[in-house]
Amino acid sequence: MTTFPNADIGGPAQPLLTVRALTKHYPIAGGLPGRGGAVVRAVDGVDFTVRKGETLGVVGESGCGKSTTARLLMQLIAPTAGELVFDGRTVGSRDLPLKAFRRQVQMVFQDSYASLNPRLTIEDAIAFGPTVHGVSRQDALGRAHDLLARVGLAPARFAGRYPHELSGGQRQRVNIARALALQPRLLILDEAVSALDKSVEAQVLNLLQDLKDEFGLTYVFISHDLQVVRHLCDRVMVMYLGQVVELGATAALFAQPRHPYTRALLASMPSLDPDHRTTAPPLAGDPPNPIDPPAGCRFHPRCALAAPVCSQRAPLPVMGQAAHGVACLAHEAGSGHPQAVPPPHSLASARRTGPVSTW
Amino acid sequence: MVSTNSHVPAPGTGGPRLVDIRDLRVQFAASRPGGTPLRAVDGVSLQLQRGEVLALIGESGSGKSVTLRTLLRLHPEARTQVSGQVQVAGQDVLALRGRALADFRGRVAAMVFQEPLLALDPVYTVGAQITEAIRRHTRVSAAAAHAQALALFEQVRIPSPERRLAAYPHELSGGMRQRVMIALALSCQPQLLLADEPTTALDATVQMQVLLLLRELQRALGLGVLFVTHDLGAAVEVADRIAVMYAGRIVESGSARQLIHSPRHPYTRALLASRAHAGVAAGGRLPSIAGSPPDLAALPAGCAFAPRCPLASARCTAESPADQPLAPGHTARCHHTDATLQPLATG
Repeated sequence: MTTFPNADIGGPAQPLLTVRALTKHYPIAGGLPGRGGAVVRAVDGVDFTVRKGETLGVVGESGCGKSTTARLLMQLIAPTAGELVFDGRTVGSRDLPLKAFRRQVQMVFQDSYASLNPRLTIEDAIAFGPTVHGVSRQDALGRAHDLLARVGLAPARFAGRYPHELSGGQRQRVNIARALALQPRLLILDEAVSALDKSVEAQVLNLLQDLKDEFGLTYVFISHDLQVVRHLCDRVMVMYLGQVVELGATAALFAQPRHPYTRALLASMPSLDPDHRTTAPPLAGDPPNPIDPPAGCRFHPRCALAAPVCSQRAPLPVMGQAAHGVACLAHEAGSGHPQAVPPPHSLASARRTGPVSTW
Repeated sequence: MVSTNSHVPAPGTGGPRLVDIRDLRVQFAASRPGGTPLRAVDGVSLQLQRGEVLALIGESGSGKSVTLRTLLRLHPEARTQVSGQVQVAGQDVLALRGRALADFRGRVAAMVFQEPLLALDPVYTVGAQITEAIRRHTRVSAAAAHAQALALFEQVRIPSPERRLAAYPHELSGGMRQRVMIALALSCQPQLLLADEPTTALDATVQMQVLLLLRELQRALGLGVLFVTHDLGAAVEVADRIAVMYAGRIVESGSARQLIHSPRHPYTRALLASRAHAGVAAGGRLPSIAGSPPDLAALPAGCAFAPRCPLASARCTAESPADQPLAPGHTARCHHTDATLQPLATG
C-alpha cells in the first residue's frame, strides 16, 4: 500500500501547529473592504499553538469564531491576516505548499450527511482523497476497506452503501474514516459528535480516543459541550467574540477558571442534581454584535468584575503568558483594575502541568 | 404521584387532570406506496396535573416530539393515524374540529418551538404577531392588545420592550427570539405550555437564562408544562417528573429525583452512565450502548431495547414488558427490574 511521507520534522518539542495573529473579517454588503466599510470581525487576532500528540479543545458560544477558526486552519477560507506554521514550515510557502499541508490536516464536520457526496458509495467517498493525491484506485479502495473495518463498519456490509442508507452515527464514522484515509497528522473535529444521540456519542468518543493512540494523531476538538471537552481534551482554549480569552490545561481550567467568562460558561452547565438546581443565571444578556464589538475588553458589558479601565483598554493577549493564560485586566499586573494583583507569576506557576516553553 | 414540591397540588385536590393521555398510538403512512407505516408512538399513557412540569426525554426518533405535537393536533391528517385518548382540560383533543380546534390552540394549550426563527413569521413585526394572537382569542381593542403585548415582553424580561415590539424576528438574537416565542405562547393565558426542545438551539449561557425564565413563569402562573428535550441536564433543571421514551414507548417514569438517583430501566441507566461527566476519568473509556436505535418501521416483537440491552433474556425478545410499579410514582417497562436495584457507580 502506498504511504505518504509523514516525517516528524522538528521533534516532539516543536509545536505541530503555530497560529499567529489569525484574523478573518467579512465585509458586509454595501461596505467595501479596505475602504472603511463595516466588517464582521469573526476572528480577530487569534494566537495559539497545538502541541504534538495533544487534544486541544476550543469552546465558546455561537458567533465566537470557533468554526471560522477551524475553517481558517484548514485553509477552506482565506484569512484576512495571520500566519500558520505547521511543524516549523510556513503554510503556503515553498517549503509547505497548500496541497501538501491539506493532506496532513483533515477535518470532520458537524453535519455528517451534508459532508458526504450523496452520489458516491462510502468506499468511493473514502478512496477519493487518496486517489487525488496519486494513490492507485485499487490501493485506495483497499485502504478504504481497512479503515471502514477500523471504525467499526464491516466493509462487506457497508462499503457499497450510499450515505442515506446509514444512520447518523454510522455516517460520522465514515467521515472519520475518510479523514484518516490521507494519513493526516492533525485532525480538526468541528462539533463532530454534537449531532449524535447521547448513546451513540459515547461510542464515537471512544473510537476517537482509540484512533488517536493507534495513528499518533493530534486533535483540535471544537465543541460547545463542556462535559465532552473536559473528558477528551488535554488543554482548552476559550473564545469570546473572535478572541482567545483563556487557555490552559483542562484540569486547571475546570478547577480554577480565571476569566469571568469561563467561570460563567462553566456555571451554565446543568447540575444534574434535582436537589441543587441552578438558581441564578450565570450571565445576563446575549453575546454582542461582532460588527461593532465593545471597546476595551470585549466582555466588559456582561462582566461582573467590570471596572472603568475595562472599557478603556484591551487586556494583553493570552499568547506569551504562562501555562494557564488569561486575557483579563483583573488578572493583569498594574492594569489599573481594582482586583489586579501586582506579582503575576504566583498564580500562573502554581498550576503548571506540561512543557511551557513552546509558545 | 408523590412530590415534595409545594407548588404541585396534591393528587385529587387539583380537580381533573390537566392532561390525560391513554394508550396513544401514532402511525405515519409510508413514504412509498406499499411500504410499512412508521410506528412513531406505540402506546403512550401519561398524566399531568395543573402546576406540574413533566419532561419527556429520549433520543431522536423516540416519539417524544410526536407525542407533544399530537396534543395540538399538528400532524398532517391525511398521512397520520392516531388512536387512543387525549384529554386536555376536560376536552377530547382528538375530536376537536374546525373553529373549536382553533380556539383550543393557543387558548388552552400553547407551544414553544425549538427554532423560533422558523416558528415566527418573518414579514410581520413580533409585536404584530402577538397582538394578532391576543385579538384572535379575546375581544379587545388594538390598543389594549398592544398594552398586553408590552406587559408580556416585560414579563419575559426583554430589554427595551417598546422598541422590540416593532422589531422583525431577524433583528433579534437567538435568546431574544426564544423569549418572544414564550411571550407569544403565554399571550392567551393557556393552562398548558408545550415546549419542544426550547433551549436546544441556544448557547450555554443563554440556555440557562431561558430555563430559569420558564421555571419562574411556570411557578408564577401555575402552568402545567410538558417539556420535550434530549438533554437530561435541562430536564433536571425544570422538571418535577421525568418520563424516558424509547422507540415510541415510555420506558421509565418517575420524579426527577427517582430517575437520577435510582434509575431502574437498563436504557435510563445506560444513558446516565454514558454521559461524559466529572465521575469518569478524563480520557478514560465511556460506558456506551452498543448498536443504534431501532427502525420504527420494523420494531422487534418484544422489548424494543432488547437488542442493545445487557440484561436481555429470551423473554425480552418474545414478550413486551408491561409497566412495573417500583415505588410511588416510579414505574419502568422492563422484565428485569429486580436486577437493576444497585445504584449506578458513576451516577
